[in-house]
Amino acid sequence: MGNISVVPFGPQHPVLPEPIHLDLVIEDEKVIEAVPSIGFVHRGLESLIAKKDYNEMVYVAERTCGICSFGHGMGYVEAVEKIMNIEIPDRARYLRTIWMELSRMHSHLLWLGLLADAFGYESLFYHCWRIREQVLDMIEESTGGRVIFSVNKVGGVMKDMDAAMLARFSEKLGEVEDQVIAVRKNFLYDKTVQLRLRGVGVLTKQQAHDLGCAGPFGRASGIATDMRTRGYGAYGDLEFEPITSNEGDSFARCQCRIDEILQSIDLIRQAMGMIPDGDLFVPVKGNPNGEYFMRIEQPRGEAVYYVKGSGKPYLNRLRIRTPTFANLPGLCETLKGADYADVPILILTIDPCISCTER
Amino acid sequence: MIKCPENELIVIEKGELLSKCMEMKVNGLRFSQACAAFYEGNYELSYSFADDETYEYKTLRLVAGLDEEIPSITQIIPTAVFYENEMAEMYGVKIQMISLDYKNKLYRINEEAPLLPKDAKAKNAEEDAGGKA
Repeated sequence: MGNISVVPFGPQHPVLPEPIHLDLVIEDEKVIEAVPSIGFVHRGLESLIAKKDYNEMVYVAERTCGICSFGHGMGYVEAVEKIMNIEIPDRARYLRTIWMELSRMHSHLLWLGLLADAFGYESLFYHCWRIREQVLDMIEESTGGRVIFSVNKVGGVMKDMDAAMLARFSEKLGEVEDQVIAVRKNFLYDKTVQLRLRGVGVLTKQQAHDLGCAGPFGRASGIATDMRTRGYGAYGDLEFEPITSNEGDSFARCQCRIDEILQSIDLIRQAMGMIPDGDLFVPVKGNPNGEYFMRIEQPRGEAVYYVKGSGKPYLNRLRIRTPTFANLPGLCETLKGADYADVPILILTIDPCISCTER
Repeated sequence: MIKCPENELIVIEKGELLSKCMEMKVNGLRFSQACAAFYEGNYELSYSFADDETYEYKTLRLVAGLDEEIPSITQIIPTAVFYENEMAEMYGVKIQMISLDYKNKLYRINEEAPLLPKDAKAKNAEEDAGGKA
């Protein structure tokens, strides 16, 4: 038996600016156990149901995260709409879907840049973020915001995209697609990248299932689950299949996310081609009375929005189960047996969002 | 494209919790989430399981009194550890034998059971004091 020691990782680390702490039990250079600690910046957003009514809570839900803010707003309003039996206009469904996919693109591009930076490819990091900037520009042009969009409301959406804007975005997406394909080559065929990612942190399909892994983290291990196939928003009208891999290693997680960017471009194009004219929202009367578990596919995976109301403006309960929260047990499992030097990469491959987790 | 099946809510008694969780696991369902809520003087505990092929979503609902002790499901579903710690810390749910008990330090919040309404918290404290006396 080698020397066993406990090495702290975080809550501040150059690779991951967000606060998570891991006690890594190390035998020589191998990790044999990892115990996570969170809660350094818990914000108690869910407790605001006592002070904000269900309409105001849309803005609170959006502030769960600065990357997947749109999805949090969408998941919350769709849960409330289910409880209140509200059918939103078709145009609103399509607009939500387009913004959701733009969010996924910028989230995955952000992650790709961070991954490139983690394994020492700074120029690739800048390249990814330069592409991401163009996606953010489209979001800003259509919503007025780059971090918090505030376009969702119970009953529909508050902003529209006219035909000229959709045509501009379609052209822009073509440019973004070419750039993503170029970057994809670097990530998937560069020898150094492969050396850092191939065979590192392997999680089998059975392990991923047992550990409750969500999103690209689970799909990279062969779990073909994607909440978008449930058909919320306009996804029920669009053609796509979940992107999966059977390798289950860090490389597979990277590959799934890159391919999901291209899939998002395809979904936006489909949605742009099918978006109907019409109203943006329907008037909403009354208060939610009932409960619902809404599940949507955030960039990091399945997010669950539990909403319970009893006919009053103030909800009884809002609970947001974020994908990172679900992926923590999977992360700890991938760390077991890993080289100490691979720990930062492995943590990044679940695309952790501590802001979401500390909602 | 799968037509989204509606959520299924299954109301259970405390004594059934472990066997029902085992049943879900044996049937190949993925543990998706667990959470607590306070409603009409009681805890409402929800344990949700997802079928990744059919997208069915089944939630076990357990209504429990504030002073009731709830068995941990972490011996059957180890990944429930963070959810149960959250239920204990945010609502003061008395969960017995969590495999990794953070002892109300998962979120490092100074206030005890911050999501439990103040009057319920006071009643709970009274009952605790009465029990100890």
